[in-house]
Amino acid sequence: MTILFYIAGVIAILSTIMVITRLNAVHALLYLIVSLLSVSVIFFLVGAPFIGILEIIVYAGAIMVLFIFIIMMLNLGKESEEQEKRWLERKMWFGPGILAAILLIEFIYIIFPGFQKNIPESTVYPREVGLSLFSTYLLGVELAAFLLLAGIIGAYHLGHRSRKPLHRFFEERNPK
Amino acid sequence: MRTTLEILIIIAGVLIVALTIAAAMIYVERRMLAVWQDRYGPNRTGPFGLLQVVADMVKIFFKEDWIPPFADKVVFIFAPAIVVATVLMGFAIVPFAPQIYVADPNIGILFFLAMSSLGAYSLALGGWASNNKYSLLGALRGTAQMITYEVFMGLSLLGVVMLTGSFSLRDIVEAQREMWFVVPQFLGFVIFMIAGIAESHRLPFDIPEAESEIVAGFHSEYSGMKFGMFFVGEYLGITLISAIAVTLFFGGWLGPDFLPPVVWFFLKTSVFLLFFVLLRASLPRPRYDQLMSYGWKVMLPLALLNILVTGAVVLAAG
Repeated sequence: MTILFYIAGVIAILSTIMVITRLNAVHALLYLIVSLLSVSVIFFLVGAPFIGILEIIVYAGAIMVLFIFIIMMLNLGKESEEQEKRWLERKMWFGPGILAAILLIEFIYIIFPGFQKNIPESTVYPREVGLSLFSTYLLGVELAAFLLLAGIIGAYHLGHRSRKPLHRFFEERNPK
Repeated sequence: MRTTLEILIIIAGVLIVALTIAAAMIYVERRMLAVWQDRYGPNRTGPFGLLQVVADMVKIFFKEDWIPPFADKVVFIFAPAIVVATVLMGFAIVPFAPQIYVADPNIGILFFLAMSSLGAYSLALGGWASNNKYSLLGALRGTAQMITYEVFMGLSLLGVVMLTGSFSLRDIVEAQREMWFVVPQFLGFVIFMIAGIAESHRLPFDIPEAESEIVAGFHSEYSGMKFGMFFVGEYLGITLISAIAVTLFFGGWLGPDFLPPVVWFFLKTSVFLLFFVLLRASLPRPRYDQLMSYGWKVMLPLALLNILVTGAVVLAAG
């Protein structure tokens, strides 16, 4: 099990690096999907199958499809790849690279002393996730619901406009 | 517990049977369409035209496998594999008989939903990589349709989950010993079937590949066995939807004792497969916006209502 965990972890890291360095947006998104799938495998391995499968359904199956949907419609061609290439110059890497390296060192320092090699054996089933969501974390669920409702209403407001009929056949008849 | 060897044999068996059924569906569909439309259908190759599948396969294997120069090569090759792979993964959780199943995870139904939602990539990427306006239109339609109908498919199954109290498909089948879930969950079943037809983009909902409007939609540029993968993937998809519908609403392998459970399962599944063909033979295709507004304005409220009522009944019954 531990070896599976490390394989999935390495795939997640490599594919995430590929996401950042790809010039073509769709290819980058494909690597992001691979990354999400490997994170889902990690969830399965550490005994959280419910969260793992939600990761696939929600992130890989719905949100990323919407991303690809939008990028398909933008029809980015060769020009955008050229532009990306100009933006991804070598000197652009220095600042973020150094900052990320500092974070990495801190991270290694934090986890190293209590480095735990074993993966917990217990598995969290959907029933327990549901129970804790709707008792301990009820407030969080309600807040998320507020946010989503506001999002729906906002999207409706932005997207809604009265349509002009393209042809007189499509005009609504006014019964007078 | 089952030994590793047994599990491997079952996996191989499921793969072979699923692919054989998908291939056989090519013949069954053409023949039954013809019967229902008062024609002969394929009747020249072999007895009753049974060798038509072999002829089709030989033809499709020897066709030129052409990748258009303007296509995105890697994604173009990759896309047809996704649909077959995800659907075959979906078969992993179907219990064919009490002892014949690949896996019985605690999250069985969710796994099926996850795999069917990943199938949307096949359309989207195939259409995008073809770099052709008709393919792109087909891909856009297909993706929107699949995302939309995924929502109701998930919601329509929740009634069954509530009545059983488990996501595991084996538990769900066992819970139907008294009564098939199609009776208390009739609305859920209807919504599931409509969503299933839209998910597998079959007629009347084959809008992503509507040949009278957008050539062949997302697979216009595909030829040879890559097209064959989309083709087989579609038949595998309807086989999976039929198998899941049988498992969730029609008692899976349960049936009178004079036939073994697995035979009951296949009989019930074949009825659904024929139903899919009958739909294709008889119904016209709706317009694209009609499909979407029908989904969001009719199916979503109905699915939510179904959950509400089922939840109330389950609560009241204790």
